[in-house]
Parts: sequence; C-alpha cells; structure tokens
Amino acid sequence: MYDGGKIITGIIIFLLFATFPFYYNIGKANVKPDPKLDTPVIKQLAEKKCVESKEYMRANHMQILDDWRNMALREAKRTYRNAEGKLFEISLQNTCMKCHSNKNKFCDECHKYANVKPYCWDCHFVKEGGAAK
Amino acid sequence: MFEKALVGSRRYWTLVFVLLGIIGIGFLVYLKQLSYGLGITGMSRDVSWGFYISQFTFLVGVAASAVMLVIPYYLHNYKKFSKIIILGEFLAVSAVTMCILFIFVDMGQPMRIMNVLLHPTPNSILFWDSVVLSGYLLLNIVIGWTTLQAEWKDAPPPKWVKPLVYLSIPWAISIHTVTAFIYAGLPGRHFWLSAIMAARFLASAFASGPALLILLALLLRKYTKFDPGREPILAVSKIVAYAMTANVFFLLLELFTALYSGIPGHRHSFEYLFLGLEGHGKLVPLMWISVFLALGALFLLIIPTTRRHEKTLTWACIMVFISLWIDKGFGLVIGGFVPNPFEKVFEYWPTLPEFIISIAVWAVGFLILTVLYKIVISVRESVGPGEPAH
Amino acid sequence: MSMDRREFLKFIGLAGLGLGIGASATGWIFSRGLEASEYIPPPGALTAKRWAMVVDLSKFKTEEDYQRVIDACHKIHNVPDFGNPKDEIKWIWTDTYEHTFPGQENKFLPKEFEEKPFFLLCNHCDNAPCVRVCPTKATFKRSDGITMQDYHRCIGCRFCMAACPYGARSFNWRDPRPFIKEIDPTYPTRTKGVVEKCTYCVERLAKGLQPKCVEVSNGGLIFGDLADPNSEVRRILNTHFSLRRKAELGTGPSVFYIIGGEEDV
Repeated sequence: MYDGGKIITGIIIFLLFATFPFYYNIGKANVKPDPKLDTPVIKQLAEKKCVESKEYMRANHMQILDDWRNMALREAKRTYRNAEGKLFEISLQNTCMKCHSNKNKFCDECHKYANVKPYCWDCHFVKEGGAAK
Repeated sequence: MFEKALVGSRRYWTLVFVLLGIIGIGFLVYLKQLSYGLGITGMSRDVSWGFYISQFTFLVGVAASAVMLVIPYYLHNYKKFSKIIILGEFLAVSAVTMCILFIFVDMGQPMRIMNVLLHPTPNSILFWDSVVLSGYLLLNIVIGWTTLQAEWKDAPPPKWVKPLVYLSIPWAISIHTVTAFIYAGLPGRHFWLSAIMAARFLASAFASGPALLILLALLLRKYTKFDPGREPILAVSKIVAYAMTANVFFLLLELFTALYSGIPGHRHSFEYLFLGLEGHGKLVPLMWISVFLALGALFLLIIPTTRRHEKTLTWACIMVFISLWIDKGFGLVIGGFVPNPFEKVFEYWPTLPEFIISIAVWAVGFLILTVLYKIVISVRESVGPGEPAH
Repeated sequence: MSMDRREFLKFIGLAGLGLGIGASATGWIFSRGLEASEYIPPPGALTAKRWAMVVDLSKFKTEEDYQRVIDACHKIHNVPDFGNPKDEIKWIWTDTYEHTFPGQENKFLPKEFEEKPFFLLCNHCDNAPCVRVCPTKATFKRSDGITMQDYHRCIGCRFCMAACPYGARSFNWRDPRPFIKEIDPTYPTRTKGVVEKCTYCVERLAKGLQPKCVEVSNGGLIFGDLADPNSEVRRILNTHFSLRRKAELGTGPSVFYIIGGEEDV
C-alpha cells in the first residue's frame, strides 16, 4: 500500500469525527419525555379530547398545524370541522394553547428530546412558563 | 485536474490563507447578523436594499466578461482569444458565485431561501433571476472545466460543449436583462422606471467585466509564466472602450430625459446623487468621483496611443472598474430609494459589519478565482507552450 | 455476484430511486388528512367581493383623534415601537398632504390642508405590485381584495418594499418582541427578517368585526364592499369627490380619501 501511514491516519481521524456524537453524549442521561395534559382547562373538560384522536394528533400534529395555517391564512378558511362534525377556530395561540397552556411540559418536552426546533414560537406568543393566558 | 490547486508556491498559499482568513472573519460577522437581524446593516424602512444588493447588481455585470470573449472567438473565429477565453469563463464563475452569496446574505430569513423553488412564482422577476443566475453559473463551470480538461489531455473538447457555448451567449444577455428588470418594472420608483435600464446594464457590464479581465490577465503575466499576449489584450481594450462610451452615452440619455422634462420624480434621484437634496448628500462626492473617473477612462481609452500603451491602459481599466463600481455598485440602487415614496429624503450608509461581510463575499469570489486560475496556469505549464487545441 | 463499475452505479441509482418512491408513497399515505374533516370559512364572518376603505378627514379634528386610531391598531397587532426611523414598523400612520400625495403639491392650498394629517396605510391595490414581485407568494391576493402577508413563507428579500409605491411595508430589521410595550396574547408577534403591513384586520373580519381602526374612528373611517352598490362606502363615494394615492400608476388602490364630509347627503 502506498502512503499507508497517511491513509490509516486519515481513516482514524474520520472515524473519530464520525463517531463524535457518541462520545459527546456519553454519561448524559437521556430522560424520557413526559408530556403532561394536566392544565386547568383540560381538567375541566367533560370529554378530554383534542380536535382529532390522540393517536392521530400524536403522529400528525405537525401536518395538521401546517394545514391549519395554510387554510386559515391563505384560504381564509378559519374554521375546522373535525371528523365528528365539531367546529374549532383555527388558531395556535387561541385554540391549541388555550387547553395546552403548558407549553413547557406539552410541546417542549418531546421537541427537546427529539431535537426538533419548530419556529412557531418566534411569532406565536406564549407567556413565560408556557401559558398563553 | 483539481489536484493542481493543491500544490503551489509559497505566494499562492499565502494568498489562499489570507483570503480564507478574511472569509472567516466575515463569516463570524455574518453569524452576528444572523442572530441580531439585518438591522446590523445601514438599511432602513426607506432604503430597504443597500450595499449587498448593489454589489450583486454590479457583479452580474462582471460576469459578462466571458461573453465578450466568447462572441469573437466562437462566432467570429477570432483565434487570438483562445488563451484568455478560459479566464473570462472562470471570472464569470467567480462573479456569479458572489452574486448568489450577496443575495443570500441579504435575506431576512436565509434558511427559507428554498421557498423560491418550493413555491415557484413565474410572475416574480426574482424567481427568474435565480433561474438565469444558477444556469449561467452551471454553464460556465461546465464549459470552462471541459475545455480546460481537453486542453490538458491535448485533445479537442467534446462536441457537446459547442451548443452549450452558443447557449451561454444569449444566457449572458439574459442575466443582465433579468437583473435590470428587477428594477425597471417597479411602478413608483422613477429612477429605475426606464426602458433603457437593461441596455445600460449591458453596456456597463461589457465595460467593467472586460476591464477587470485585462487587469487580471496583466496580473497573471506579472506573477506567473502565463502570457496572454499583446494582441488579445488590445482587442479586449477596444471592447472596453466601446462599451464604456455606450454606457456614458446611456447615462446622459437618462439625465436628459429627467432634467429636460423637469418632472420632479424623475429629477429628484439625480439631484440627490449629484447635488444633494434638502441638505442631504452623502453620495455626492462618490458620484462625482465616478464621473471624473469615467471621463478620464474614456479619454485614455479613446485615444489610440494611450489605449495601446500598457501602463495607461492599466490605469484606464482601473478607472473604468472603480467608476462603474460606484455607479452601479452603490448609486444605482441607493438612488432609487432616495427620495422615498413620500418624497422625503432618508439617507443610507453601510455599517462596518455590512462592509466586512461584503468584503468577505468578495474574498470568496477572489478565492474561487485564485484556485481556478491556478489550475489553468498549472495545466498550461504542464502542457507546454503552443496553441491550445480547442 | 460480480458487477463492474457501470452496473454497480446503475444498481445504486435504481435502488435510490426505488427508495425515494417508496418513501414518498409512505409519506403520502400517512400525510393524508382525515377523510371526514374539512375547512370552512368561519360562520358569521364579514365577507365581501372587494373590501375598501374611505377616510373621511373631516371627522378627525384633534391630534388625539388620529393617535387613538393608530394606537388601537398597533396595540392589538403587536406592532413594536423602536423609537427610531431606521427600524420603524408601522401599519397605519399620518403625514401631510404634500407627502401623502406627492406630485400633487399646491402652494395655494388653504392653510388647514397644508398641515392637516392624512392617514396612510396599505392600499390593498387591485393590481398590487408587491404581489407581482414576491418570489414565494408570501404576499398574495385574497378573493375579497385583501393583500395578505404570509409570515411563515416570507424569505425577507424585501422586493415587495421596493415595489410598493406607497411605502406601506415595514421590515423586521431585528427581533420586535422587546419593543412591544404590552404583547396582546391573542395575536402573534412577528419574527426578525420578515415584512409586515396592514391586513385590513382579516382576523377580526373572520369574527364578524370591523377593522379595529374603523371601530375606534368615530365614523371617520368607513369600511365596506366596493362591489356592492348599496354598501356604505359606495354610497359615500357616489356623493363625494374622492382622492386616491398615486392612482396614475394603475395599481388600483382601495383606500379613498374624502375631504369635505360635512355636506353629507
């Protein structure tokens, strides 16, 4: 092998670099996310149900939020009729966050764990501590 | 072929590292801009485009250098350009890259820039500008690289390059036209609302691009074994002379319409740029420098003795370049925003961070140019003297 | 199994293609909305074919009359106050006749007009230059004539600001939040790097409310459907001489100014 030393050094450097995330996180406990639904508004609900089923929301909330904003803002269709025929005002701040007033525990918990950084909150205002009032 | 950029003299590496250093500093300042917002620049509600977009506008012009060599060489069979044509193509690559970077650093939400492709909007000139600029970049990379590779292998370039070369000619015209249309189609901006805008862009491009090319060719001759030859330089200098004359002529046409008609909206921007308006005149000294440099350059370029004399030609090219840089890389964009839509004067001046970021973008361009030219020269040296084969 | 380089590349290419198709098909299946759900215009919303506004300047007498309107708008929309003209953001503001209607200056105007403030806001043009130039459709035309701004999509190129002949658009040169005195929690703020302007209060129209400025103007601002011959804006325009800003540019502004007002028919 020509230049064997150089090649091996290169490979070692590459491997060190590529596996860096593993060393970096060694010893850091990965706390499992524990989102909470115990806000005062939710507690008072007779039927504890979001705009769609829990399973659907868990898997597709980002999709529905994206559709919501496009429909409300671009198509002026600001009302959502869910599968059961119930009507909701399309509004992250005034509808979603009214129940889920605990942004810290409800949104951030999982987003931090999954390391996703949605830019919703750059504009949509939520009071300190997570409550949208 | 790229490996030729990885070996070089001490001077080459010094230049590369100095440029990398400048880019690094600029990048840090850009990070600051990213976190603070574009408020870090001198731009405002009234002058909402500034130094970045002006530099972009000017550099679109520089990118035209290639086509002014391609037309004589490929359409008129002017073989003497064979040696320098690649310099023009690679200068275009570097200039267009800078254009794209200047647009990028001007974005308020740069991470969303792909929205332009995600939601293509054919009625927006900016959409077309992104199409023609990236197309022109690609064309010049492909054409330049393949012809150089052919030269290296001492073989004629592949047949499919020819149609691309022909395509690059109208494409070069299109980048200027489309960039001019960004400005020329806006109601209520009298200074830009002019049918001659695209023609002016072309004239100034065909002067500033080839002028820079002459300077670069002479620099290369001074520091490397590359010799462009006297005749191609003289031929390019004629192009600069004609284009600069046309450019000044077009500017005078604009002035005539604005001043003789006397319509306030048309007059005011010129008054602001050259005389100052309502006591504001930050750009006045710069604009007059541009005027005098243009006149001096024309004088040196039109008189045959001074045009043929290398020293005076060098000066003429420097003057053309600076004059047009001020005119298009500053005055044209800022002048369109002053006075504002309420006929009020609110001035603009770039800030230090804005300036550092701009210098860094120029450094990126110069780095690309350095590396590409280094490859050209090394290839030429390895092939040995004689006419390249394409 | 042996393959040469060409075959290997082909294989990789096809595999990649298959993977791509598979992934997008899965994505498509999972991303499909719920069959039974739908999006509808809010019941009780104010609707029109062509919204327009009339500014009756005779109704604005004191400085307070103007300020009340501006403050009301800026407060409910979380418009920041930077306190300097460079970063300034404004949705509705005032200026003199000379600067509201540049090119129409008249040295011999009655004194009261020379200094009288005029309201300025987005004209929601029929043929809006900002909509034409936007490279991402972040600013677009609604079917009711409102020129709308999608902050989620705006890339901050500011082409619309160069295109707007009315100076109606403001850019967030920096994070606006620290400069909002009291954030209204029912309305979003904006983020740095996007362009904003008046929206004719689409969020209020959706709830059946008039725009805020109209509500607090004591009848000085009148809002209605230009396409409806019986609307109040049409009734006023039929009986009063009205002005529009820079109508000669062909933009079709939908904000009308009337000066007199007193001789109401």
